[in-house]
Amino acid sequence: MNRIEKTFRNNKKKVFIAYVVCGDPDISTTIKIMNILVNSGVDLIELGVPFTDPIADGPVIQKSIERALKKNINLNDVFNVCTKFRKKNKITPLVLMGYLNPIENIGYKKFSKTAAQSGVDGVLVVDSPPEESSVLSSVLQENNICNIHLASPTTNKSRLEAIVKASKGYLYYVSLKGITGSKISNIKSVERSIDMIKKINKNDLPVVVGFGIKDKQTAKKISQISDGVIIGSSFVKIIEENLHNKHRMVDNINKYAKKIKTSIVNK
Amino acid sequence: MKKINLPKLPNKDGHFDEYGGMFVSETLMYPLKELLKAYTTIAKSAKFRQMLTKELTMYVGRPTPIYYASRISKELGSSHIYLKREDLNHTGAHKINNAMGQVLLAKAMKKTRIIAETGAGQHGVATATACAKYNIKCVVYMGEEDIERQKINVYRMKLLGAEVIPVTSGSKTLKDALNEALRDWVSNVDDTHYIIGSVAGPHPYPMIVRDFQSIIGHESKKQMMSVYKKKADILIACVGGGSNAIGLFHPFLNDDVEIVGVEAGGYGLSTGKHAAPLNKGKPGVLHGNRTYIMEDENGQIQSTHSISAGLDYPGVGPEHSWLKDNKRVQYVSVTDKEALKAFYYLTEKEGIIPALETAHALAYAFKIAKKRKNKNILINLSGRGDKDIDTITKMTQMTL
Repeated sequence: MNRIEKTFRNNKKKVFIAYVVCGDPDISTTIKIMNILVNSGVDLIELGVPFTDPIADGPVIQKSIERALKKNINLNDVFNVCTKFRKKNKITPLVLMGYLNPIENIGYKKFSKTAAQSGVDGVLVVDSPPEESSVLSSVLQENNICNIHLASPTTNKSRLEAIVKASKGYLYYVSLKGITGSKISNIKSVERSIDMIKKINKNDLPVVVGFGIKDKQTAKKISQISDGVIIGSSFVKIIEENLHNKHRMVDNINKYAKKIKTSIVNK
Repeated sequence: MKKINLPKLPNKDGHFDEYGGMFVSETLMYPLKELLKAYTTIAKSAKFRQMLTKELTMYVGRPTPIYYASRISKELGSSHIYLKREDLNHTGAHKINNAMGQVLLAKAMKKTRIIAETGAGQHGVATATACAKYNIKCVVYMGEEDIERQKINVYRMKLLGAEVIPVTSGSKTLKDALNEALRDWVSNVDDTHYIIGSVAGPHPYPMIVRDFQSIIGHESKKQMMSVYKKKADILIACVGGGSNAIGLFHPFLNDDVEIVGVEAGGYGLSTGKHAAPLNKGKPGVLHGNRTYIMEDENGQIQSTHSISAGLDYPGVGPEHSWLKDNKRVQYVSVTDKEALKAFYYLTEKEGIIPALETAHALAYAFKIAKKRKNKNILINLSGRGDKDIDTITKMTQMTL
């Protein structure tokens, strides 16, 4: 069983997931932020892999990616960050989130093998739906890495069945039609969708919700209706606002994560 | 005669062998499949085709003529140069063939808002034009750098009632305009249709745009026979995303004819400052499809350079990647300088001002017209050059 499955099984509360872009503002601060996130109650970290053309991301994460790219952060840096983090932390699952081309460039086999060696537990490739990712999925699986897929408000029932079947670790439900950093408008419809997924989902794949969750109230409501809550843009925004004061950056991330954590309900 | 028998592609998943496909985030899978369904039912119906044909005839001005460029043919040698005059279309380029088809399709799908990306502005103008005619809201994304170098087209789009949104992210050119249009589409999938201007993007776009542009090749084949009683020996077109090229090439793929696509060589292939992924790139995934792209050693998309905004793109339509690998089409490149020379040459000798994009195809055609004997060379004159006058005058410091 890999760390993702263990976390969803053993956690007392619903799972709290944080996303930050690797290398923004720099590698050593990213590792510091990851450790602080864990200390303040984050159960799983999604680490963004920078890519020049992040078509699913809003301005906040776009800018963060641009800052990381200015520092020439590449996949090897991302693997190094994971390795360093993993030396001290053997429990918190790490998921790499990004776009397909850097992975195509290094090759699926080398990518999967190095990721496994660096302590990566899951991979979420935004622009690689199940239709296009059977080869990547099988290579990842050989290395005991979960290929995580997205479902969205536009996903119909027959696609949901295929997506659930292709997913390992958890299903990432995108709460809204839009890009990262938008705002959830309709929690009721999120709830209806999750009910539908749960009915289809016979092997109890956890369903977590991301996009548009910024405050305690929303985090609480989402944690009540799903298996976990993902917050990305809000953390990245704190980084953006404190680029000249890394101490305050880490401190504010700590405070914000703790605040959200208190709103996440028990299982 | 050489026997060529290429399979009919894309397959049902949108693949041209390993190229093409649907590499998009989950939210876009539904609208893409909805579009595919609408395209295969509505757009293939006799009623739709009749309507489109009527509009292309009465509004766009098709068929466009093939002009025999006698003066330059004589000057260059024994070969004969023919120009398929897509520049004579309404709005001045081949882009309107696709825009008309897709706006009609969007209307049939009951969409109330159209978005588009544009590089040189020709696709933006064509889309804005069709939207004005059919009374549908139009938003065009355009890189800030392209807005600067193609101002005239920005004015035209605004006059036509379109909203032009400057894109300031990344390299501020066509690639980033495409990113921004995709983000808009994800956020507005219910009422919005996205008209991609080239044979790039996720399936079914490379197929849809190719089919709407194939009228260029179909007409050319007939006209060469009916008007000139000749067969073309060599077809030449410029390739950015590659829509005018595939439009000319596609109906000829199984014919005994040489086919050449011309990429933007910028300052020269060896400088790295160009937009020639088929010549210098390698396969990767960008904007929803697998194709040749320009990337660095880490798989990051590289910024490109070309004198022509319409060719300034690090990817290329997936069908071109397939046609490169199976060697059916030869892909070459032409530098900024060579393109400029061809621009002046055609203008001065034939009284036709070509777009800077098109000038790339012309430059290569003129080169081989000098070398090859008695060949009928058909070039897709994909657009007129009025939009480039600003760039040209600035570069040459011409005063009026």
